[in-house]
Amino acid sequence: MKLSVTLKGRNYSFHDLKEVLAKANEEKSGDRLAGIAAADAAERVAAKYVLSELRLADIRENPLLCPDKDEVSRLIEEDLAEDVYQAFSSFTVGELREYLLRSDTTGSELLRVGSGLTSEMIAAVCKLMSNLDLIQAASRMEILTTCRTTIGYKGTLASRAQPNHPSDHVGGMKASLFEALSYGIGDAVIGINPATDAVENMKSLLYATKEVIDRWSIPTQNCVLAHITTQMRAVEEGAPADMLFQSLAGTEEGNRGFGIDLALLEEADALIRARGTAEGPNRWYFETGQGSELSSESHFGIDQVTLEARCYGLAKRFNPFIVNTVVGFIGPEYLYDSKQVIRAGLEDHFMAKLHGLPMGCDICYTNHMQTDQNDMDNLSILLASAGVSFVIGVPLADDCMLNYQSLSYHDIATVRETLRMKPAPAFEAWLESVGVMRDGRLTAEAGDAIRFVY
Amino acid sequence: MDRQRQAEIFERLAAHSPARIGVGRTGTRALTQEVLKLRLDHAHAVDAVYGEVSPALLAEFELFTVDTQFQDKELYLKRPDKGRLLSAEGSAAIAERCLRRPQVQVVVADGLSAKAVDANLPDILPALMDSLEANGLTAGTPFYVRGARVGCMDDIGRILEPESLVLLIGERPGLAAATSMSAYMCYRPYPGRKDSERTVISNIHARGTPPVEAGAHIGSVLRKMLEQRKSGIGFII
Repeated sequence: MKLSVTLKGRNYSFHDLKEVLAKANEEKSGDRLAGIAAADAAERVAAKYVLSELRLADIRENPLLCPDKDEVSRLIEEDLAEDVYQAFSSFTVGELREYLLRSDTTGSELLRVGSGLTSEMIAAVCKLMSNLDLIQAASRMEILTTCRTTIGYKGTLASRAQPNHPSDHVGGMKASLFEALSYGIGDAVIGINPATDAVENMKSLLYATKEVIDRWSIPTQNCVLAHITTQMRAVEEGAPADMLFQSLAGTEEGNRGFGIDLALLEEADALIRARGTAEGPNRWYFETGQGSELSSESHFGIDQVTLEARCYGLAKRFNPFIVNTVVGFIGPEYLYDSKQVIRAGLEDHFMAKLHGLPMGCDICYTNHMQTDQNDMDNLSILLASAGVSFVIGVPLADDCMLNYQSLSYHDIATVRETLRMKPAPAFEAWLESVGVMRDGRLTAEAGDAIRFVY
Repeated sequence: MDRQRQAEIFERLAAHSPARIGVGRTGTRALTQEVLKLRLDHAHAVDAVYGEVSPALLAEFELFTVDTQFQDKELYLKRPDKGRLLSAEGSAAIAERCLRRPQVQVVVADGLSAKAVDANLPDILPALMDSLEANGLTAGTPFYVRGARVGCMDDIGRILEPESLVLLIGERPGLAAATSMSAYMCYRPYPGRKDSERTVISNIHARGTPPVEAGAHIGSVLRKMLEQRKSGIGFII
């Protein structure tokens, strides 16, 4: 494994793969905070040169975190399609980039290749790709998943309605949900972040969302994003949940920080398969985001892009219905400005898709970042062009419970109209049946939440 | 159900939510007034992060200013670790000017919202001082820290060794409230204290926990903290 290079008369050498991967990243405040970023612009490019010449076998043979010390590493190894890997193991990372971008490499071929790559290899190639590379490659992959309904078709843009409420008031939540539906939002999931992580509260939100779904025969699924153990209790006590939610980290220790491990996820998986209210094979909703391992001091000196990819390696094991990165939620110490957030959104989407995951994005920011709503406009168009599986909508972009901004219901309707994208097919048919949409466009009746009151 | 009845119910439900709903549209876009309202709220939040606490206010309450190692706002936002340590000058200043080993050390800090200090200090600080007295507690020399993170409590604890410390600090501003403050309290702060070893009263602002009420409450919390000799998890308020 060659870890040095001479460029324009200057010699650059790196100690190990971990250092090359970190320094090859595009600028991220989180890598600086961790003290692992490239010292200057030239060293960053030198790391990319070195990385481009490494073979995939070099990456596999030099684990960043030993499989016998970390269950995420172990699981990524176990789930690798060995025959596919063998066919590509002699490729360099640079050659892999070119293979992924060839005109005759179809979406299904990309997914086949992805099955033979470890999360670290996928992170590695991502570091050699420009934003447009990431968009083009991702846009070729079609990943369909089914819970109660099916999402992911090319040419569609699904959405999560997120009718959060600062005190989990069921009536207030419903009003916000009716507003979402009236703009054609909610085909991926009606997903609520509870203000209080308590079983009774969780159950009342599950029953309330299910009631609305049943009342209007809406082809979608519900989810309340409490801690996994709270969700399990609610399901055990008979509350109607179509899927379970969990935030993931890219290391075993990071997951312990979230209060989970593989064994708990497997237990929860068995429960939702036995007791969930959906029929389809995909019963999970996962969220991720660059920087979470650093924030819980469980990063082992590994850069945040590589750790993010490892989250997808873990997610893949459970065949989720939806996954999304909460890209701008974590704060400026990990992603400082709009340039870094946009880059991270495109990286996360591409890397997850190459893992075969139904990847969405919470296109969002907090008020102490160097970003504003215009940047979210930009990223929403970029990600929709890349074929993002779903995005998240809140009333006028302002989440009144989590105190951050995402996309508005209006924004999602606008992206669909501008790029001629549609909601998930079953949901579109339903929107037509209730008069909110016709021929792929919102009708004059759209935006009227009152029509859904019962 | 008839339309009139639906509209009445919607109005009642919507009244329970601070969410921006029932806002209308032009095409698929939001109406101009709604867009401007959102921009205004965001502008206030951004200004809260990048603002400075009023020097006149600090003078009025006789708070002298010390800096952390943050250097400037950009580094402050990128490097939370810098905001947890006082600058060399700041360390020297508090060592020289403050009473050592007080029963209660009161510290004011900007955190992520300088506006939270401007908005709440005139109410919370007098109420807090009164409540200390009412609970039979004595305070050391209060001061103001610029460029502060919550963890600066530990560095201050290292220098002044107070029995307890209360930090009044601006919270990350949201659109609904850009002037929200938190009061973090710690029994015997020192470098290495964990987040879980601090007790917090958050959401202190005019429409949350009113600052006068929060200030009046802090004295009794600190008294119990000194009695139980602990803060954070395991401390019973």
